[in-house]
Amino acid sequence: MTGVAKISLKGVKKSFGKKVVLDGVDLEVQKGESVVVIGGSGSGKSVLIKCILGILKADAGSIAVDGQDMAALSRRQRQEVLSRFGMLFQGAALFDSLPVWENVTFGLLAQKRIRRRDARDKAMEVLQRVGLGSDVADLNPAELSGGMQKRVGLARAIAASPDIIFFDEPTTGLDPIMADVINHLIVERVKDLGATTITITHDMASVRKIADRVAMLYKGKLIWVGAKDKIDRSGNPYVDQFIHGRAEGPIRMEVLKA
Amino acid sequence: MNFLGMIGRVVLDFLAGAGRLGLFAFHALSHCLRPPYYFRHIASQAVNIGYYSLPVVGLTAVFTGAVLALQIYEGSSRFNAESAVAGIVVIGFVRELGPVLGGLMVAGRVSAAMAAEIGTMRVTEQIDALSTLSTDPFKFLIAPRLIAATLMMPCLVLIADIIGVSGSFVLSTNKLGFNPGSYLKTTFDYLEFDDVISGLVKAGVFGFFIALMGCYHGYNSKGGAQGVGVATTNAVVSASILILFSNYIVTELFFSQ
Repeated sequence: MTGVAKISLKGVKKSFGKKVVLDGVDLEVQKGESVVVIGGSGSGKSVLIKCILGILKADAGSIAVDGQDMAALSRRQRQEVLSRFGMLFQGAALFDSLPVWENVTFGLLAQKRIRRRDARDKAMEVLQRVGLGSDVADLNPAELSGGMQKRVGLARAIAASPDIIFFDEPTTGLDPIMADVINHLIVERVKDLGATTITITHDMASVRKIADRVAMLYKGKLIWVGAKDKIDRSGNPYVDQFIHGRAEGPIRMEVLKA
Repeated sequence: MNFLGMIGRVVLDFLAGAGRLGLFAFHALSHCLRPPYYFRHIASQAVNIGYYSLPVVGLTAVFTGAVLALQIYEGSSRFNAESAVAGIVVIGFVRELGPVLGGLMVAGRVSAAMAAEIGTMRVTEQIDALSTLSTDPFKFLIAPRLIAATLMMPCLVLIADIIGVSGSFVLSTNKLGFNPGSYLKTTFDYLEFDDVISGLVKAGVFGFFIALMGCYHGYNSKGGAQGVGVATTNAVVSASILILFSNYIVTELFFSQ
């Protein structure tokens, strides 16, 4: 352990009405590390990331980035920290009113780090890094396939060279080959940037490809955290059930709960 | 007991909703008044709200003006006051019918479109994406719409006033046998500056509410396509009600001395 953790969560709680989603989450992510959070659908994985990003406000606990407590920062300082984040959304969340190249350079333009007339060239360059040609630059996001949208989303997330990147189910809804392509791109681009990442997924192929460490979220708590190669010998029945995708086990899917 | 509880819940829900809307409006307004401004977005919204609403508002105005002339002519002939048609038409139109009917038509068109667009952005996480890309959604999405709608509605209503009075003029001179010159003279003799101003102030207020309701319901929509549908309906209904309600308030403020 060297110095302060890049991201540090302590006792983070979040409820929506009576439904407790996060019930005291503790997690430390070191610089340059890739942590994958696994857990069933609706287990609060997305909520966790949105709390770190400040899209949702945690009810209790502290979230620190580079040792700075996010809640204690002024609005401007928080903006500054947030500008070093990148995020790939589950559905890519591309702005459908803008062409692909403007989507990719949106963050850079918003931060005034490049001029508008240079933005197209910059977009081409980033698109190339995710394996897309210049022919897609002028298309609308709606004209792209799911895999291409994910790639553009990835391009948008890395365009501003963030040092922390979040991936929300990067492979959901893709065929296995395209999923592997995306996983591969994520590993490569993150390595280029030397970024710290948190990925949430329930795709075990993704976990094995991307993760340094794995954390499992269940009922609002991280019930197991460990290195990737220990996941098959975790000795934790919940983790075992999850990674092997068994219907039988300690985890009861809340299928019929209102 | 249960009945009282039900009343309490309804009242509390209403108050909570009013509070949420109030905070949203305050937050949105504060972003309208503080730079930076996205001028390209304000301009494109202005074109969308102002220019593309012209056909709808123009058609509404021309028919309403003509009907107004017919009805008032018919009614006033019962006590031999046909000569008042021009004056009543222009005052009625400029003060009330132009802003209110124009506002309601634009509410149907613009509130619905805003709620659907922003609502879809919400459910597809595009709004979350904005804030991860150093862009405040209020500044980027909501402020330009509020500014554009508040500025464009008075322009639209001014045009509607002219079209409406023209509609009435054409009908009166061709069908009711008015002399064109004296019709115009009566129109301008009766019309006062305050009439026009009050109509335009109303239009600005309506424009603000139209955009506010579209943005508020879209921004808070949840639950996929159905949620966006609900948001769209709520936006149009609440914008229309706010228009009628604020119309009364503004009229009261202007003319109740």
